[in-house]
Amino acid sequence: MKKGNTIFFKNPPRILSHAAICGSKETEGILGKYADVTLEDDMYGESTYEKAECKMLSAAISLAIKKSRLGESGIDVLLSGDLLNQIISASFAARDFTFPFLGLYSACSTMSESILLGSALVDGGYVKTAVCATGSHFASAERQYRYPLELGCTRPPQAQWTVTGAGGLVLGSGQKGVKVVNGTMGTVCDYGVTDVNNMGAAMAPAAAKTIVSHFVDTGTAPEDYDLILTGDLGALGSRILKDLTWEKGYDVSSRHVDCGEIVYKVIESEFQGGSGAGCSATVLNAYVLTKMDAGLYKRVLFAATGALLSTVSSGQGESIPCISHAVQLEV
Amino acid sequence: MQAELLAIFLQYLKAFAVGGGICLIAQIIINFTDLTAGKILVYFMLAGVVLTALGLYQPLVEFAGAGATVPISGFGYLLANGAMKGAERGFFYAVTGSLTAASAGVTAAVVFAFIMALIFKSRTKRN
Amino acid sequence: MTGKTRENYNENYLNYVKTQDPPTKHLKNCASAFGVGGLICCIGQFIRYMLQYAGLTGDELAGSTSVILIFLGCLLTGFGVYDRIGRYAGAGSIVPITGFANSVTSPAIEFKTEGWIYGMAAKMFTVAGAIIVFGVFSGVIVGLIYFFI
Repeated sequence: MKKGNTIFFKNPPRILSHAAICGSKETEGILGKYADVTLEDDMYGESTYEKAECKMLSAAISLAIKKSRLGESGIDVLLSGDLLNQIISASFAARDFTFPFLGLYSACSTMSESILLGSALVDGGYVKTAVCATGSHFASAERQYRYPLELGCTRPPQAQWTVTGAGGLVLGSGQKGVKVVNGTMGTVCDYGVTDVNNMGAAMAPAAAKTIVSHFVDTGTAPEDYDLILTGDLGALGSRILKDLTWEKGYDVSSRHVDCGEIVYKVIESEFQGGSGAGCSATVLNAYVLTKMDAGLYKRVLFAATGALLSTVSSGQGESIPCISHAVQLEV
Repeated sequence: MQAELLAIFLQYLKAFAVGGGICLIAQIIINFTDLTAGKILVYFMLAGVVLTALGLYQPLVEFAGAGATVPISGFGYLLANGAMKGAERGFFYAVTGSLTAASAGVTAAVVFAFIMALIFKSRTKRN
Repeated sequence: MTGKTRENYNENYLNYVKTQDPPTKHLKNCASAFGVGGLICCIGQFIRYMLQYAGLTGDELAGSTSVILIFLGCLLTGFGVYDRIGRYAGAGSIVPITGFANSVTSPAIEFKTEGWIYGMAAKMFTVAGAIIVFGVFSGVIVGLIYFFI
């Protein structure tokens, strides 16, 4: 059933298992205690950053499958994507598995998009199980979107830090696990922000739009949720989001938490906090879903946000179109 | 002896003040606009070329020494100075003079960068 | 980007975003840029004195000074120190010639994983190439102007 931009699942698919891997810097934050694998070495024993990112993603996928006890033959499809050009990490990680792969690109909101699509496939009865995964690596993202790592340039105060990490989860039907009740598909939203260092400000309108349309479509209010989790808006973007939703008559301030804002221990030195596809993927899979399994959160709205830019588009002076997809998770 | 030491100290002070001042101007420009490091380097180099061509940079070099030659505007000074000197010798040297003067810097950058790339590996950073 | 009304809205939002921007620490930034930039120039002056003491003069002296500074810049980049200085000093480490060396060395080290020719060598001047291009071009123009007047 569809109402507005929200699709409601008849037999809500369940998250059978989830797994996350995070880098050494992330380990010091809240993820350290919850992640399945914490890396001492961000290279993960590989020779290049891209290979490390791919290996992280692949490891997150196999860990999630292992924890679900389904085995590789029990998985029907993999939905995955990442930040690199031609989503090489996801495609190359899919090389390690025998089940089919559907590549997605939705920048940093890949996690929620894959959950949304995976749930639709499972609920529709087309597949029994689906794996949703994504990840990012600081060094590979920095290399592709910004400057070489050794270049001595300053980071402006609006800048965020790409999270090194990957997360994956297995969707399926069953009696146990967190339910994916419904999902709101986002529309591309561009308010004309051109500053590539100010992703929070660029993405906040997209997040606000999706969250508000989710409230309208489902007839819920912010108070109905234990947690409204956005992807990687950072401290600045979160402030803007609160203002924008307040303007529409929804006060999310008491329920809203941003993955990027909480992922690192000391926010000051990282400026606005974390970003990247791995940010929401690791926080959701390591922290939030573990807490939901324990029953600490009953109802969570997960709205990851993505900035759909490339180095070419920003070089040509284009503004940054952004998107946000939301899924409602319930115990 | 004492006067000589004082002159050296004064020269350091001048180099510090002028060199630091050029960096300060760049920092102020970065703070108030969204120019990236690459653009700043180009603009300062071009500023060095223009000021030298107008005859304004030479006195600064004489005054501050390394304070004026070490910043990237000094590279522009080198280029423009080479071209101006070349122009006195003929058309060919007017065209090639700038790069001839800058050849030491460019060669050093290429050679040392190559050697460093041979020795070192890129490493990720955590802060 | 369709419709004038939307552009109007953009403007409002952008103005609003500006008010939300975290403040730039002007004083601290400028002080560290001035200090580090001045210090690098003093090191340059020191090298210059040493070379002068060794008997170099004129163009040879100026050239050798920048060669040594470029070497130091490359070495610190290789050790991964220069980007740390850059984070702290901002323009103070970008503008001196060592910053030029850093901008040549960093892509060279970074992109050697893509091969020696198309990676390391071709990408070496991704940042610094602009300086060479505009430097040579403007130098030629200055030369021609001085030749014809």
